Amino acid sequence: MKLLRMTPGHGDVLIAEGDPAVAEDEERLVREFRRQLDLGMWAAVPHEGAAGRREATMVRDFSEIPPQAERVIFFPKAAGG
Amino acid sequence: MRFRPADHPARERRAEERARRLLRNAAGQEALEMYERFGFLSVEDAERGYGYLIYPQRPIVGYDARNGELLSEYCVRFRDRSEREAGERLPDADDVLAKWMALRADERGLLGTANVHPLGRQLDPEMVRRDLEALRQWQRC
Repeated sequence: MKLLRMTPGHGDVLIAEGDPAVAEDEERLVREFRRQLDLGMWAAVPHEGAAGRREATMVRDFSEIPPQAERVIFFPKAAGG
Repeated sequence: MRFRPADHPARERRAEERARRLLRNAAGQEALEMYERFGFLSVEDAERGYGYLIYPQRPIVGYDARNGELLSEYCVRFRDRSEREAGERLPDADDVLAKWMALRADERGLLGTANVHPLGRQLDPEMVRRDLEALRQWQRC
């Protein structure tokens, strides 16, 4: 699983990668996941839905990430423009 | 000093290329083709009868999917102030992907944060109508 963060001037940056089934990796992924949310990021998991349609799910806790998810994408919270 | 994309065109170009790869991986090849062809994405819910055009760094436009009537502008921003030198704006392809994911995952939540205006506040309604018609033709092909 990769944790990616969208950034100005760079595009997405890899902030953590690991296998959640491995305890050491999971601990690191959870720590980084929480840190990004504490920084004010939103987290979304893109995935394939019914009939192959592309979907996304917002996640607010590491436990909400589907086990088969390949990537979690962090981006700044939306604000009125 | 405020960052302007024109100050670092090569870096901005690389960032946009990277963002387009992420757009393809997350939203699919068709979404990338739409973005590269038209400069926006669309999200449409045929069952509910409405859709959205997602422009980079500009408002989202809601429309009636049955007759193409344009409804409202939803102004939302994703600003990142963590690296002053890089500016606040995500690359365009990241901006549309962020809107796309938020609409797909939590439409009500995203629109609840938006400032809602009648069409024409920031976007030319005629341009949006042309965009929607061009999209329709492309989707029919």
